[in-house]
Amino acid sequence: MAALEPSKRIQYLFKVNPTAILQLGFWVLLSIVTMTVDHRYRYLSGVRDVLATAIYPLHYLVRLPAETKSWMNENLAGRGALLEENARLREKQLFFDVQLQKLTALEAENRRLRSLLESTVNMAERVLVAEMLAVDFDLYRHHILINRGRQHGVYVGQPVLDQQGVVGQIIQADPFTSTVILITDLSHALPIQINRTGVRTLALGTGNFQELKLPHIPNNEDVKIGDLLVTSGLGGRFPPGYPVGTVAKVAFDPGSPFASIVAKPVARLDRIREVMLLEGGADVRQPAPTVKEPEPIAKGLAPTVKRPGTARPP
Amino acid sequence: MTGDPRSGGWIIALSFLLAFLLGGIPWPGWLERFRPDWVAMALIFWSIALPHRVGIGSGWLVGLLLDVGRGALLGQHALAFAAVAYLTLQTYRRIRVVPVWQQTFSVLVFLLVEQILVFWISGVIGYPPKDWWYLAPAVGGMVCWPLVFIVLRDVRLYFQVS
Repeated sequence: MAALEPSKRIQYLFKVNPTAILQLGFWVLLSIVTMTVDHRYRYLSGVRDVLATAIYPLHYLVRLPAETKSWMNENLAGRGALLEENARLREKQLFFDVQLQKLTALEAENRRLRSLLESTVNMAERVLVAEMLAVDFDLYRHHILINRGRQHGVYVGQPVLDQQGVVGQIIQADPFTSTVILITDLSHALPIQINRTGVRTLALGTGNFQELKLPHIPNNEDVKIGDLLVTSGLGGRFPPGYPVGTVAKVAFDPGSPFASIVAKPVARLDRIREVMLLEGGADVRQPAPTVKEPEPIAKGLAPTVKRPGTARPP
Repeated sequence: MTGDPRSGGWIIALSFLLAFLLGGIPWPGWLERFRPDWVAMALIFWSIALPHRVGIGSGWLVGLLLDVGRGALLGQHALAFAAVAYLTLQTYRRIRVVPVWQQTFSVLVFLLVEQILVFWISGVIGYPPKDWWYLAPAVGGMVCWPLVFIVLRDVRLYFQVS
């Protein structure tokens, strides 16, 4: 620019491209169209599939350093450490075996009692293990990406768990990956039941990994800190009986008809590595048999299923 | 300058790819909130350096791929990036002549525009940001700009991308 006079130089600095605004308008319109179509309809899922498959290798590339580290940890561990771990795992295995024996007996008993009550319950769901791809999304949306997709039988609405409890559900299944919405996402609501009392309500996400809101419980309801929340099976997505969270805070405000109750999810939502996808089968869509009156044959059992608390479930 | 005016397109693509990968790496502790949007910064750099090659259309395309990669609404980052590329194209002559530390202020403005657009759209579809921290990545980007600028400039000169 050395050849230009000073005034020309200033003009040059402030020169604008007159067609740029037209270009911008075009691209903005196009993105509004794609966003609307993506949000309201499902026409773009094919496009998304193609693009998602194209960038699938990238997710693995992102994971490479972490993978390498864990591979080195596994392969370069000393013999002593391995023996120690082995002993620890064996001990754990023994412990779980004993528990499992009890569980088998209980399960058999449960099935017998249920057959007495003539109610259905889904037994023996199959699970599919998936790993989380180490990609962070938006801080404000609790979605995670996992390395199983439609090719592995994943479908939209499939329940996702981890070792401790309910994690969320699939909201989008691509060919090789899928997106999970966590139960703490702002737009997620989960039908639950308080395990101790049997009260049914909804657990709403708050956008905070440590909190679920239970906004529809009346003030006079029997809720204590530490109560376990389990899925109620209503809504047809999650099978009943899986742990969701524990009640962490109970506050009664005399001015409002509902108590303000906060629960903490039992799944470690902010540090998930592996999740399990439940292959629920057809019978998850049946409502839970909780409201059914005992048949005459099971009259002797009736006192055990009576639930304390006077308020009606919402 | 090399004879072929279209040389080194793969360098540009590669830098966007690396920026995307870098975006997947979390930062420790409280710094996490300031983790900048590397892809947007790469876009700003290339549209300052090569406005005739990287413009509104390429910004839109990169944003669309980012949307797929992050599972966002298709077109959310695309719109924001097109706007950032537009702003950069209208001001690159002035940005080029000032020292790097002064460029950071322009970059801050561009990144703020990007964040606000992205979060407006999130708000419209039902995910309003909870607090003002959602603007923090723009500040992080401002702090990291000299690093991005120097690295990408050297890469550009080394591979003679023009």
